[in-house]
This record gives sequence, C-alpha cells and structure tokens, in this order.
Amino acid sequence: MSNKRILILNKSIAHVVLLIGAFTMLVPFIWMLSSSLKGLGEVFVFPPKLFGERLVWENYTQISSRFNFLQYFMNSVKVSAWVVFFQVMTSATAGYVFAKLNFPGRDKLFLLYLGTMMIPFHVTVITNYLQMSFYGLVNTLWSLMLPASVSAFGTFLMRQFFITVPNELVEAAKIDGCNPFRTFFMIALPLAKSTIATLCIFCFMGVWNDYFSPLIYINDSRKYTLPLGLASMKGMYSTDWPVLMASSVIAVLPVLVAFLLAQDAFVKGVMMSGLKD
Amino acid sequence: MNGSAISISNIEAHVAPKEKRKGKLKDDTAWAWVMLLPNVVGFFLFMLVPVVATFVLSFMKYDMLTKPKFVGLGNYITMFSDPIVWEVTKNTALYTILTVPVGMCISLLLAVMLDQKIAFRRFYRAAFFLPSITSMVVVAIVWQWIYNPEFGIMNYFLSLFGIQGPKWLLDSRTSLVSLAIVGIWKSAGYNMIIFLSGLQGISTSYYEAAKLDGAGLWQQFRYITLPLLKPTTFFIFVMAVISSFQVFDQVMLMTEGGPGRSSSVLVHYLYQNAFQYFKLGYACAIAYLLFFIIMGITIFNMRMEKNMRDNY
Repeated sequence: MSNKRILILNKSIAHVVLLIGAFTMLVPFIWMLSSSLKGLGEVFVFPPKLFGERLVWENYTQISSRFNFLQYFMNSVKVSAWVVFFQVMTSATAGYVFAKLNFPGRDKLFLLYLGTMMIPFHVTVITNYLQMSFYGLVNTLWSLMLPASVSAFGTFLMRQFFITVPNELVEAAKIDGCNPFRTFFMIALPLAKSTIATLCIFCFMGVWNDYFSPLIYINDSRKYTLPLGLASMKGMYSTDWPVLMASSVIAVLPVLVAFLLAQDAFVKGVMMSGLKD
Repeated sequence: MNGSAISISNIEAHVAPKEKRKGKLKDDTAWAWVMLLPNVVGFFLFMLVPVVATFVLSFMKYDMLTKPKFVGLGNYITMFSDPIVWEVTKNTALYTILTVPVGMCISLLLAVMLDQKIAFRRFYRAAFFLPSITSMVVVAIVWQWIYNPEFGIMNYFLSLFGIQGPKWLLDSRTSLVSLAIVGIWKSAGYNMIIFLSGLQGISTSYYEAAKLDGAGLWQQFRYITLPLLKPTTFFIFVMAVISSFQVFDQVMLMTEGGPGRSSSVLVHYLYQNAFQYFKLGYACAIAYLLFFIIMGITIFNMRMEKNMRDNY
C-alpha cells in the first residue's frame, strides 16, 4: 500500500471517530432545540421524533409570561458585568505589581496567592456565607458580586503575562516621568489585550453558569440568577418541558455567542490553564 | 509638577544610578501597595479569613441561632463514626474512578484525531467544546430528560439494539454511573484541548525519524506520543481528580443524592449539613476532610510522578 493510501485511510478513520464524537456531544443540544419547538404533548411521544406536527414558536414567546425569566436574566447580566469588570481590573493591576514592581515581601505574598489556588471552593463557602450574613448582604446580588471580584487564578494569569513584557519598556516609561500606575495603565495594559480577553471569557463563563453561589446566598426568587431560576423552574413546572427547554436555549445563547465569536481566545485560555504549573 | 519630575528622573538616570535604585525601591513599595490594595483586601476578606475561620469553626458546634460552642475534636470524631460520611466518600471516590480514566482516554483519542490537517477541524473542536461552556443547570435539565426511562432518547437508542435500558437516575444501582456519564460528556472537550496543546508541543521531527525507521502508527503513538505527552497527561489527571472530588452541581440538580444516598457525594453532604441541617461546625469539619483528601491525593500523585521520572 502506498503512503498516500495509508493517509487517506487514516483520515477516513479519523473522520468516523470524530463524527461519532461530535454526534454524541451535539445530540443533547439538538434534542434541547427540537423539544423547545414541540407542543406539550409531543415531548411524550414514544418513539421520540425530532420534530412535532409544527414548530411551536410560542414556547419562546411564552417564557417571560410563564416565568420570571427576564428578571433572572437581568440579574445574571448585572452580576456578570460587575464580576468580569472588577475581577479583570483587580487581577490585571495586582498581576502587574507582582510582575514588575519591587517591594519587600512580594514573592511571599504571591506564593500565598498561589497556595490558595489549591484550596477547594467549598472550604471557604460556609464562612463566607456567615460573613455575608454578618454584613447583611445575604439575599442580595452583592453576595454574588463581592467575593467573586478578586481571583487568585486571574491574578496569576495576568502576572504570567506581564512577566513577559520587557523591563526596558517599563524603565523607559519611568524615565519619561510615568508613575507605576500610569506605566501600567498606558503602556502595559494595552499590550495585555489578548490575555485580558481570555480572562474575561473565563470569568464570564464561570459567573454566568455559576449555580452553587446563588443556591447558597439567594432565597428571594426576585434575586435569582439564571441558573438558579432555571433550576427552580425545573422543580415547579416539571411538566412543561417545551417551555423549560426554550428557556434553556435562551440561557445558553450568550455563552454560545461569546464562544463562537472568540473561539480562539477560548481555546488559548484553556491551553493557558493547562500550562499552570 | 510633571515637567520637574521628568527632569529629576532624567538627571537621576544619568548622574546617580545607585541613588536611583535605592529611591526606586522606596517609591515602588508605596505604589505597589496602593495598586494591590483592592485585590489584597478582597483576597484577605474572602479567601484567607474564611480558610482560617472554617478551620476554627470545625472545632465548634454552631447552628447560626445559638452561640458557637467549642467541642474540641468532637466534630472530627463524629465524622469518623458517621456511616454517611463513609458512604459519600466512597461514592465520591467511585465517581472519580468512573469518570477520570474513561474521560481521559476519550479526550486523548479525540485530540490525537484532531491533531492533523483535517477537514472541518474547527467544527469538530467547537462541537467537542460546547458541553464545557454550557451551564450545568441546562445540562442537567436536558440529560434528565434524556435519561427518562419512558420517554428518554437514551433508552430509545438502546432499544434500537434490542437492549432494555435501566432506569438510570431513578435506580440506586445506576444513579452514580448516570452522573458519571454526564460528567465525562461535559469535560471531555476541555481536556481534549489541553491534550491538543500538549500534542502540538511535540516536534514533528520525532515522527519523521520514526517513519524512516519503519515505525507504524501504533508504534509512533506508543513510543513517541505517549512518553512525550506524559507531563500533559499528568496535569490533566491531577486536575480531573481534584475537580471530580468536588462534584456537586449535577448531583444536586439531577438526583439530590438519591435514590437513598446512592449518588450523594462529599460536597453534597457538606451542603446538607451546612444549609439544610444547620450543623455548620460539622460541615466545616467535612470541608477540611475534603481538603485533606484532595491534598493527600495530589501529594501522592506528585510523588508517583517524581519517582517515575527518576526511574525513567
């Protein structure tokens, strides 16, 4: 067999494997989409069909009248916007300080940040809850926004980038009279665009999808974020699957759009998290 | 003001480099702390304080209504004689054993297939990655429906092969396996991408040399890819074990630990103790149990890896 034929054979085997993989990954999404367009009775048809009698677009228009969906959505937008902005700002600033400024105790402090990255989230969540309840912030969106405004991982990620910025650049800015903050803000930050994009995406994905924190901090259904809202709909209206599926589709959309727009930044981010040690 | 600062720093740069370095250190310290402040305050309040407070609280009895009472090692002693703790730890370990090896094999297979010039590469990559970016709540809603014993497509699919499917989430014998399948499905794409970055780090010259020596595809995989990929594999393994020991969302959403305790895991029991039974001290002790298990496994893994490297 010639080399070329081996190659073609390989590729077709690869395509078969990859197609099976892609099919398995996508079927639940296809199923979600198709169920979201079915009538209430049609989801209970067995054997299951991909489409019902007709496409029931009303499932989508009914979402906001049946559930408090819009409120959940807006809460999620608010929390995500806050957390992404502040987490990126605090991470970038501190990352720059750890990378480019000299001060006593710097490396020890940074080591402390690194050390906490190994600690499971659940070790801090109980006493963070008590702290929030002490401040009177339980059951407010602040309890979701404040603790997430700082991230050891984000700080680490940004420091790893700023380390690669040449010292000469920082020195030159200083000689031109820039104070460290201006140097950071005017010189270093614009260079960090792609790392910041990566951090934004990761941070957004984490907050937008977060289920555990709202589950603990929020009781009042008007303060629910989307994941908690969806989970509660699941309990309340377990029979109205099409509308629930339609809500799920809408809930996935923002992250999906972000992903499709910035697939390469996503992939790069995952690769960077893989280079953590 | 600004102009004079420029001229002074210019003079310093030329005239007195030593003086300048000394001054710089002082300046930097003030600026550094000003710039660090928001981050450090948050880190201190929401990370360091809770870590210590949880440890302290694990030696107390506390129900949020009455004052905390010091009980010494009481919570830890209760924990070791609590059969539920043993059961959820066993379930957590079982979940890890079910998800990590299978999941890693699938991720590696997909990564190797994608690590070549192949049509629709971006499509495949996006498709595999899609579950990783989807909220676990949505995943749970859809998979609960897929697993439905009467109307779900899972059992319909199996019936095409003449297999009578189990009751999945509703049967205590299959509930944990069902959750593990969802776990594998959700994280396969993420690990695949890390594998892919590892594969791309392997120089093609190795493969070319092997081909010249007449090595087949399997041999290339076995003697070049696998050994050179070891650091990546190790990294994914450690991270996957750590995250599967912290599994919670799908448990809470799809089975609430049931039927019975058949799919209850450590974090789920921690959650119940803290926020349903209001035994906060006990929950803190469980949190530290989780922490020490994860630390133990990670240290063990690193030792193993070091030994393997030394003997290589």
